Amino acid sequence: MPKRTDIKTVMILGSGPIVIGQACEFDYSGTQAIKALKKEGYRVVLINSNPATIMTDPEFADATYIEPLVPEIVEKIIEKEKPEAILPTLGGQTALNLAVALAESGVLSRHEVELIGAKLPAIKKAEDRRLFKKTIQELGLDLPQSGYAYSIEEALKIANKIGFPVIIRPSFTLGGVGSGTVYTREEFIEASAFGLDASPIREILIEESVLGWKEFELEVMRDTADNCVIICSIENFDPMGVHTGDSVTVAPAQTLSDAEYQRMRDWAFKIIRAIGVDTGGSNIQFAVNPNDGRMVVIEMNPRVSRSSALASKATGFPIAKIASLLAVGYRLDEIPNDITKKTPASFEPTIDYHVVKIPRFAFEKFTGADQTLNTAMKSVGEVMALGRTFKEALQKAVRGLEISRHGLGADGLGQTKRVEKALKEGGRFYEELLDEIKYKLRTPNCDRIFSIKCALDLGLSISDVVELSKIDRWFIKQIKEICDWEKKIPGLFGLSGEEKRDFLFKTKQHGFSDHQIGYLTGRAPDDVRKLRKRLGVIPSYKLVDTCAAEFEAYTPYYYSTYEREDELKPSKRKKVMILGAGPNRIGQGIEFDYCCVRGVLSFAEEGYETIMINCNPETVSTDYDISDRLYFEPLTAEDVLNICDKEKPDGVVVQFGGQTPLNLVPALSKAGVKILGTPPASIDIAEDRKRFVKILKKLKIPQAESGIAFSYEEAKRIAHKLTYPVMVRPSYVLGGRAMKIVFDDPMLKEYVGEAAKVSPGKPILVDKFLDNAIEVDVDALSDGRDVYIAGIMEHIEEAGIHSGDSACVMPPHTLTPEVISMIKRHTTNLAKALKVRGLINIQFAVKDSVVYILEANPRASRTIPYVSKTTGVPLAKLAAKIMTGKTLKSILPAEIIKNGIQEIKYVAVKEAVLPWTRFTNIDTVLGPEMKSTGEVMGIDADFGRAFAKAELAAGSVIPKSGTVLISIGPRGKNEALPIVKELIHLGFKIIATKHTAEFIRQYELPVNEIYKISEGRPNVIDVIKNKEVCLVINTPSGKASRADGYHIRRSAVIYSVPIVTTLAAARATVEGIKARKSTNWSVQSLQEYHKNEKKIKPKQ
Amino acid sequence: MKTKTSSHKSDMILRDAFFKITGKTMKKTSINAATQGKAILALEDGKIFTGNSIGADGESFGEAVFNTSITGYQEIITDPSYYGQIITMTHTHIGNYGISPEDMECAKVWAAGFVVREASTITSNWRSKQSLQEFLKFHNVVAVEGIDTRALTRHIREAGAMKAVLSTQDFNGSSLVQKAKKSKGLVGMDLVKYVTCRQKYVHENRKKGKYRYRVALIDCGTKANILNELAVRGCEIHVFPASAASTDILNIKPDGVMLSNGPGDPAAVKYVIETVRKLLQHLRSNPGPAIFGICLGHQMLGLALGGDTYKLKFGHRGANHPVKNVETGKIEITSQNHGFCVNPDSLKGKDVKLTHYNLYDGTLEGFKHRTLPAFCVQYHPEAAPGPHESKYLFDRFIELMERKK
Repeated sequence: MPKRTDIKTVMILGSGPIVIGQACEFDYSGTQAIKALKKEGYRVVLINSNPATIMTDPEFADATYIEPLVPEIVEKIIEKEKPEAILPTLGGQTALNLAVALAESGVLSRHEVELIGAKLPAIKKAEDRRLFKKTIQELGLDLPQSGYAYSIEEALKIANKIGFPVIIRPSFTLGGVGSGTVYTREEFIEASAFGLDASPIREILIEESVLGWKEFELEVMRDTADNCVIICSIENFDPMGVHTGDSVTVAPAQTLSDAEYQRMRDWAFKIIRAIGVDTGGSNIQFAVNPNDGRMVVIEMNPRVSRSSALASKATGFPIAKIASLLAVGYRLDEIPNDITKKTPASFEPTIDYHVVKIPRFAFEKFTGADQTLNTAMKSVGEVMALGRTFKEALQKAVRGLEISRHGLGADGLGQTKRVEKALKEGGRFYEELLDEIKYKLRTPNCDRIFSIKCALDLGLSISDVVELSKIDRWFIKQIKEICDWEKKIPGLFGLSGEEKRDFLFKTKQHGFSDHQIGYLTGRAPDDVRKLRKRLGVIPSYKLVDTCAAEFEAYTPYYYSTYEREDELKPSKRKKVMILGAGPNRIGQGIEFDYCCVRGVLSFAEEGYETIMINCNPETVSTDYDISDRLYFEPLTAEDVLNICDKEKPDGVVVQFGGQTPLNLVPALSKAGVKILGTPPASIDIAEDRKRFVKILKKLKIPQAESGIAFSYEEAKRIAHKLTYPVMVRPSYVLGGRAMKIVFDDPMLKEYVGEAAKVSPGKPILVDKFLDNAIEVDVDALSDGRDVYIAGIMEHIEEAGIHSGDSACVMPPHTLTPEVISMIKRHTTNLAKALKVRGLINIQFAVKDSVVYILEANPRASRTIPYVSKTTGVPLAKLAAKIMTGKTLKSILPAEIIKNGIQEIKYVAVKEAVLPWTRFTNIDTVLGPEMKSTGEVMGIDADFGRAFAKAELAAGSVIPKSGTVLISIGPRGKNEALPIVKELIHLGFKIIATKHTAEFIRQYELPVNEIYKISEGRPNVIDVIKNKEVCLVINTPSGKASRADGYHIRRSAVIYSVPIVTTLAAARATVEGIKARKSTNWSVQSLQEYHKNEKKIKPKQ
Repeated sequence: MKTKTSSHKSDMILRDAFFKITGKTMKKTSINAATQGKAILALEDGKIFTGNSIGADGESFGEAVFNTSITGYQEIITDPSYYGQIITMTHTHIGNYGISPEDMECAKVWAAGFVVREASTITSNWRSKQSLQEFLKFHNVVAVEGIDTRALTRHIREAGAMKAVLSTQDFNGSSLVQKAKKSKGLVGMDLVKYVTCRQKYVHENRKKGKYRYRVALIDCGTKANILNELAVRGCEIHVFPASAASTDILNIKPDGVMLSNGPGDPAAVKYVIETVRKLLQHLRSNPGPAIFGICLGHQMLGLALGGDTYKLKFGHRGANHPVKNVETGKIEITSQNHGFCVNPDSLKGKDVKLTHYNLYDGTLEGFKHRTLPAFCVQYHPEAAPGPHESKYLFDRFIELMERKK
């Protein structure tokens, strides 16, 4: 069947902000969908609240709405754009839930819009666990025993029938929130209560535990003619019990015989047909009992998923693109396979390499969080690696993680020194370490893969490790082979001639990095590299071709390995290499992928051949049709230099991929690789505090006073000189790690103790903290001569809260023209002094009309996509053009360079999205350490409306009326007063804790007092639980009432009551409330916003 | 084709009892990789690949081919259709789940040699009774690991399947290349005679029940799963040696005749073609028996109808080829293993309807006679290894037999 002609306009639902469980894989899938459907001639309307995405770049969809993903807003867009169809299967669980809401609320029928890809009954059958179970049982397929409960009593009854341990899964939650395995009755009662609350329909499933069983996933596709194919099989290294997003996974499945695999495949087809997913991709999970082969169905996602993105990158089969084409009526055999060009998409990819995915965690950001892995996802990103063997792929994946490891051990880091010591000393130290490692094998955690290595090094047998971890023996044996080979490596330099070459070659085949070989032989990594090159032990590059070389492939998607044949044929064209951002983590996410992709497209426009290197399977940049050549490789000096040796690029671009490529600059420069854009020397200055301060002095840019302390006494002396509060941090960390604002001597003493523990002998930096200063982010573009101030963003939260966690607004709404021109002057001067060619981001703090500089980064910042989408000036694209040698004047009109963003007649608010619900036992207050995983943008005519939209998009509904719970710490009561007055004026009732209530009463304002937790019932927690309040304003205070504050904040998060923890945010919320009360939502596409700002169209 | 002494005869007689054989001989021992010696694969065009031996010592000649299946190595090496071929698996980790008695397609390994990137030194599967290496040694198969199998595959793709030798004895490259050149190829060779059963027997159905159909299977090297698929559908299977005359076959009054898979050049198996021609002749004046051909059986039917066959450059071997069923419009992902093809043009005017074709290269994958109850497919509906969606063809065979009853 050819494509449908009754559809003209398709609306695509995005997945909203990056959250744990839903990351940039849906930018990848959505971007593919837009490109595919546009190419087919459809008009594409996109809605997504996440400005950091590539899909929301206005050059992709025909109409791009950065609006909250809620039914009432979507309906407004439907009214305006009149799509015939909505494609909800590419925007993760968010889009699917939104589609259900639109269908059930009658929006779709009211506007005669059809769901394509998956219809409502199919979504419900897959998503509603009861319907799913019934469907599977009717097919005669096996599932774990289970039952549904709506109360704790019912839940207990079911659990007693099944027997502990059991798994609890709340219905309709994202990424398994509230899911978990419980072993005892006590745990069970607590977990059931939480699960019932987490589920929007107060329903939980209690399930037989299949803990320790092998876990598999199949990626299935189906077309309108009922043709089904499996794209990829995935085996979880971590057995059942760990969320697949938190598991190390491999493709293809390794421990299934053909008989077992085909049975699984048969079941998958039966399931996709019975669920009724009419077209597109689905992900189906199975568990297999390793002892008798019993297979059970675990779950199904009737949509493109994180695993689909992984499967696409693992095989070269573009699942999202094909799913989009199938949704508009094409059949699999009507779509060509891009890679072979000659064969159709109606086949099953086969692969002749091994794929390993390892999740990236961010527990260091959430001190106190439970690090045990279970069925609720906790990782924030992932890295994928390809190799000819599991061993090679695993070691590549580890070094791609950017956790300072150079492979699986053998690098002197992590536990390796302790293992070495234990082996040398034996005795108690050995026993203690062994016990610790055994515990880590039993309890799934983010370091388990390293613990396996340690356990084997310490002499545990394969069977011991299997017994403790339940991980399949095949995987453990592979790791054992790595351990065994490692033992031979110290003898490398004793070998000679052919023997040495062969041994080194085989060592590389085992995935060992130059760094590891250097560590084991007592040489510098660079010496190993030189030896390799001298002996001709260099990687060969093989193609990802979907067909195991059966057909000629045309798609330039490569991975490195050590084999006889190299398939790479580098061209002689002028070319640039763009380094990606690696795995998503807190502080470095999708924003940088946006910059990389826009950069790549721009270089291509300028006639360059583009080479992309990245190792994050969720991204658009690792889509093989973005760049001319894609290398799916770890971003380490060794791996990048190897590619440089082959490709000999004219230049390497390091400013789009965040901190990752910048860290490689010294090694690349040393090897003689040309860095495009801002010179490496300037990058160095910005990273070197001393030299940077010198430049600031010369340019007369004020900076908060500071000092370096090696002891508490010194720190105290500096703090007293600067006067409290001061900001303290260890000297060696970046990105806000372990930063703290300190108000008095005892706090300082405590911190110095903690920090000293983190870095013995390392000094701490003490900065004057600019209390209540306004923080400002600036993005600018420069060619070294002219500077375009692209965006001045005023933070809503005060300085001291990490810029990534603070909401911000463009254009600035409280800064005076004098301050703004001062900011511009400082920015211009600094950009010129640093000889910036491309992008620079500077953070300022404004206090008493003085503009202080906080830091500068001569690279693309987190805010580039937000600024680009707000102003319509594509910054990353223009930065690439400058790097090719173009001047700013040749690409932007002079008056724009001069005036820029002040022309904007609307307001865009960016709000951070925080993973509080993911981590129990952590406080929800913001601070200098970044904790947010994603962001949303609200755009509208004024600040109040834009802010209200941003909050709505972030999942927090600004109320129009109701009761507000207020609890203010001792330092902010006076400032809080106008907010309270305003709220009362707006018709809100106020309840407050004792001291806050007393304070409010002084001003003869109406307030009800509420008990603190220790004072009796009903208390603050009760009113939150019962949703008697619609908003909580709670600012952290000194230690005394910290416990109460903590519980208030946690409760608000758990029971989804909007909460603000700073007075600045409270003020903004009041603005939002005013806007909500006075107007209805209205929507406008980015293209419309930008059209109205006709003057800022860049020159092409 | 091994140059060493072969024990075909005893294997043939016992083929129907292979579960017993393999079950008895399987024992667990560990493989010590360090003791393994060198093995060299030499192609007739001069390419040489050096790796480590993972099988028996010796020297073995065959046609170098590759198979792109990820799973199913055990079924592949025990499939008699691979007789005379040195198989390269394109997937890099082979042997992970060991060897299970249930997965034998025949009592012995038929492949002339086995080439993998990395053989697992551990087995991980609850059914596994033996490691791949032990199995290969037991069955006296020369095998190698540690070569760049992708380079080899690309070479075969570009240069075509060719004669090769795999040796653990001679490490002189040019000597090996000369030997490979001198070895006999596949074209024009009747390999069926080596793999067919020596005498007629009735398949012992483990699930005893009432038989509803009697099927005569002409054994050109049948896979066990063809027998299984027929057996589960209530067939009493009389297995005939490939040399059986049509009269012998018709004598048992079969409801259907199954033409099995098998190795080598179909045009060289003149006697089977003749038998099939006579069976077709019989059908022109009788309502039965229905005829169903698989793989070589498909080629037999094509040749018997007066068509011709040709050799593909490097064949189809894998579990992912899409085949379109022209009658239903549906796509089947198929299990494939053939180096020769029926030329569809040669079937013009033979009263034949072309029913299946390969979506990769457009080659003919199945046809049926317009008036006689005879049909066939080039691929493997019995799977083992490979996808199961083509099993409906066995149901169709049953329907045809039912209709003619």
